[in-house]
Amino acid sequence: MDAILLQTLNGLDKGSAYALIALGLTLIFGTLGVVNFAHGALFMIGAFCAVTLQRVLSLSYETIDETQKDFLGNPLKVKTPYVESWFGPDVGGAIIEWSVPLALLFAIPIMIGVGFAMERGLIKHFYKRPHADQILVTFGLAIVLQEVVKYFFGANPIQTPPPDALNGVANVGIIFGMDIVYPVWRLVYFLFSLLIIGAVFAFLQFTTFGMVVRAGMADRETVGLLGINIDRRFTIMFGIAAAVAGLAGVMYGPINAPNYHMGMDFLVLSFVVVVVGGMGSLPGAVLAGFLLGILESYASTTWATTTIPGINQIIIYLVAIVVLLTRPRGLMGRKGVMED
Amino acid sequence: MSKTTVSRRGVLKTGAVAGAGLAAPKLLLADGHAYTNAPTGSTVTLGFNVPQTGPYADEGNDELLAQQLAVEHLNGEGDGGCLNTFTSKALQGNGILGKKVEFVTGDTQTKSDAARASAKSMIEKDGAVMINGGSSSGVAVAVQGLCQEAGVIFMAGLTHANDTTGKDRKANGFRHFFNAYMSGAALAPVLAAEMGTERRAYHLTADYNWGWTQEESIVASTEAMGWETVNTVKTPLASTDFSSYIAPVLNSGADVLVLNHYGGNMVNSLTNAIQFGLLDKVVNNKDFKIVVPLYSELMAAGAGENIKGVLGSMNWNWQLQDAGTKAFVKSFGEKYGRPPSNSAQTCYAQVLLYADACERAGTFNPCGVVEALEGYEFDGLGNGKTLYRADDHQCFKDVLVVRGAQNPTNAYDTLEIVEVTPVEQVTYTPDHPMFAGGDLGTCNPGA
Amino acid sequence: MLGLNSKDFRLFLVVIGLTLFAPVLLNPFPTESGLAQFNAGYPDLMQRFVIFGIFAIGFNILFGLTGYLSFGHAAFLGVGSYAAVWMFKLLSYNVLPAIALSVIVAAIFSLAIGFVSLRRSGIYFSILTLAFAQMSFALAYSVLSNPKFNLTNGETGLQVYNDDPQIFHSDRLPDLPHLFGLSMRASTDIALGPWTFTLNAGYYLSAVFMVAAFYIAIRLFRSPFGMMLRAIKTNQTRLNYTGLNSRPYTLAAFVISGAYAGLAGGLLAAMDPLAGAERMQWTASGEVVLMTILGGAGTLIGPILGSGLIKYFENIFSKINDDVLHSWFAFMPDGLEDAMVFIVHPFVGKGWHLTLGIVFMLVVIFLPGGLVEGGQRLWRWITGANRKKSDDQDTKHAPHAAE
Repeated sequence: MDAILLQTLNGLDKGSAYALIALGLTLIFGTLGVVNFAHGALFMIGAFCAVTLQRVLSLSYETIDETQKDFLGNPLKVKTPYVESWFGPDVGGAIIEWSVPLALLFAIPIMIGVGFAMERGLIKHFYKRPHADQILVTFGLAIVLQEVVKYFFGANPIQTPPPDALNGVANVGIIFGMDIVYPVWRLVYFLFSLLIIGAVFAFLQFTTFGMVVRAGMADRETVGLLGINIDRRFTIMFGIAAAVAGLAGVMYGPINAPNYHMGMDFLVLSFVVVVVGGMGSLPGAVLAGFLLGILESYASTTWATTTIPGINQIIIYLVAIVVLLTRPRGLMGRKGVMED
Repeated sequence: MSKTTVSRRGVLKTGAVAGAGLAAPKLLLADGHAYTNAPTGSTVTLGFNVPQTGPYADEGNDELLAQQLAVEHLNGEGDGGCLNTFTSKALQGNGILGKKVEFVTGDTQTKSDAARASAKSMIEKDGAVMINGGSSSGVAVAVQGLCQEAGVIFMAGLTHANDTTGKDRKANGFRHFFNAYMSGAALAPVLAAEMGTERRAYHLTADYNWGWTQEESIVASTEAMGWETVNTVKTPLASTDFSSYIAPVLNSGADVLVLNHYGGNMVNSLTNAIQFGLLDKVVNNKDFKIVVPLYSELMAAGAGENIKGVLGSMNWNWQLQDAGTKAFVKSFGEKYGRPPSNSAQTCYAQVLLYADACERAGTFNPCGVVEALEGYEFDGLGNGKTLYRADDHQCFKDVLVVRGAQNPTNAYDTLEIVEVTPVEQVTYTPDHPMFAGGDLGTCNPGA
Repeated sequence: MLGLNSKDFRLFLVVIGLTLFAPVLLNPFPTESGLAQFNAGYPDLMQRFVIFGIFAIGFNILFGLTGYLSFGHAAFLGVGSYAAVWMFKLLSYNVLPAIALSVIVAAIFSLAIGFVSLRRSGIYFSILTLAFAQMSFALAYSVLSNPKFNLTNGETGLQVYNDDPQIFHSDRLPDLPHLFGLSMRASTDIALGPWTFTLNAGYYLSAVFMVAAFYIAIRLFRSPFGMMLRAIKTNQTRLNYTGLNSRPYTLAAFVISGAYAGLAGGLLAAMDPLAGAERMQWTASGEVVLMTILGGAGTLIGPILGSGLIKYFENIFSKINDDVLHSWFAFMPDGLEDAMVFIVHPFVGKGWHLTLGIVFMLVVIFLPGGLVEGGQRLWRWITGANRKKSDDQDTKHAPHAAE
């Protein structure tokens, strides 16, 4: 019983990441109709915002300590971060420790900026081009972004630990009268994803801006004919989608250390999630994200893998096939979106 | 049609061809060099085939730096490094057999197809007589097979699966790196001493060839000392999040978790295990422990704080105090500003061993090199006394058991050496069941 | 001639000429010169050019004509390779039965996957093919290589061992793939002044297959069947309204392109008898998509150019290291030399991915029809802009063919 609960939690947690990435991808892919292969790269850039902030905060000056030796036998250079010398070791240390949450503030403007730049500089010219061209150009962009990050940060993963207060485990089983411990940060990630998903939905549902965008998704031409500058709103939506992907990346860092190809690892999966959810449907993307996350977790249990060997390797794709064959447009897809 | 695998460059360097006209394809045979890519000019070309893109790019880069250093030392540049400490004095610092050493590089992408393509271009286009490098067993086995077919020598880089010198051993291939069996054999006594002989172990294993041999080895050696294996679970290679594999460990009754993972898999699975607070648990009245059978410096750096106190094994570490290690660390450190990794050291040693074998054989002919390396005993390249066993072309030397340091003073001493396991303890017979089924074949000089 | 109109026949002759003289054309630089780094005329790469050319031509029959974007075509290539290596293991190293079986197996496999996937169109079709291919990859990499039932040999790749049956093998035959005794690795070097050209048996065998594949593709493009496929691409709904069932046509196109992929896979194994699971990974499927679009989807020659360019980068640019750079810029003063090396360094060697990404973007931004359009523009520029009227080829090789 508690094993099932634990795997459900794991599933929700995996699902959070899938849902957040798929949500942003759906905004671009399912609504603007752009096949954005660079979406995974946006997720990765988000994670490296946190890495960069951590590096910046840890910028240090060196003092030579004659009493210690480095590996070549020369006097050891001791590094002290500037923030620690400015604010004292306690406050400075705390700032460095909280670099991941701090990076959220720092990542929002950066990611929106990246999104704007991408849309205005590149994607805009590809709305009317064939999907094949979109694939090629965004894939090229993804490679370039990835290689630039690799050039500066290397290929090795870089740890971005959570603050100590949010590290460690919490007993979530108390509610059910059981003993189930779960990492605090993963719970934070789940709640954070709910918050972001809620915010995006509220934004689209309850603001005039959101209404226009929804109208534009349904029928871009008519909205344009009404004299509304839909293009500018789509640019902003692109920025928001980039920010959602980026924030998902920032918060993902403490779960698994960021590396330059983490975006590619998620890319294919996020396309599967979006399509299983149904093209053009935001709730579909979120639902599919959590569903696939949970099923993946259940399939990883020893019971599942001994019953059907290799099920944990293929479950996501198997579910995708079953869903697409039984429901032609995914879980909640709209008719006519990207069907030709 | 006759089969020649000589490179164009090799042909050209004979100087026998000028002007227009067809050249005899068997030109080199007439010269008496009846082997692939026989160097005929004043230089000899080595091929350094390492991952330069993909997750292991940094590891590959480190190997490449060490290989370049080896070439410098062979050509008599720099401080000579291990040439001064190597027990064989055949190398003079004037290249190999008087020919200046040149090298070409390529990208394996850590894919066997790409690695073979890259190695083939070195052999067919650049005239390489030896291929060295790599950071995975799949690539090593694939390239080793290619070198056997093409008639050049393969000096493996980082490859840890038993199969490289077991089921897939080849006469033209040589492995300096240790293997999964040795990891198990070296770790077991240390584990027994530190954790007792009544432990219950839970294994997470990367679901591919290396993972399986690693699991088989460590299960065998821990069970032999009395441990119980609670469960062995295979995890997909493509996994990035291991939470759903870690969570069941909590209630399994196991008190040791063994992570048969490497690279990004290991970094993530260890990070996840720490997140779930495994190391803070007390199970069966014992402190919960984690073991990572194969460590590397880059993985340690990637896993950061999480490796503190976690035991594992290594082929070599820069903190060793023998003369060979010191000489190499000094050369590498002064040139590149940081200590070398164990995969860098293995590539460096392999290049020197190849060069030395050519010198002693008096030829670049693969069959001569194989003869010179088989059963060869040496010292002074780090790891102490080492034997290249003739039966399977595996090096036998001391193996290190290491632990993540509790209080590292800098970015490089994140691992501390717990024990240097003597070679006798990790030696096995060539027909050991874990290595059975292989056939070395005979050396192939190509041409 | 040969059932082709004169324009197609000319194109066909050009392709034959290019493949026949590839060993010369791809080695334009003298062997000892610094630019020899850019020579691509060595057997392995030439083989890859034509084999991936076959793969891309086949993919284009599906994608370029019907507009169905399969994201799982690498699975058929992988299956073809496995089939070929199994023939080597069981029968002998003769490549013909191996290649024949690889085409058949890939065709059957693609019939099964196509039958299911073609129930959906557009992105839903793409994801279905992707899912099938990823499942094949995952299973081949791990489950199907377990010691009890080792079909694929997993990570290491399927290869021939000395104790395999090889019932038709004899000592007279080479221990490598061969065509009735002619080893695929057999090469003859021709030295011509400072140049050296390598003529390789395996390359020419692959080239024969590619020329045949190309010929069949032209005939397909120009046939009523090809017209039908284009009609499906233009407007499938309208076609269905006319009472035509388009499924058999798309399925036929899918199986044909799957068989092409299988042929490519079989040839890869015939040139180098090892089949790795990563041949089936989504990145490999994505690569053939990129090759086709890069060259020009829907054009005859485009996919071949696209595959050539990508393989060239992968094999040539990745080998340019700092030492090579220093030797190129050695004529410059020291400071300038280092500066040049510093500037070029991120784009070559381990940075070859970066250059490839930039090339993708530049091509698609400035040449919407892919490399073919680049070639056409170049041709028009050479022959003079006033000959604009002779652009009739554009109607046939519609550069905006992809959707």
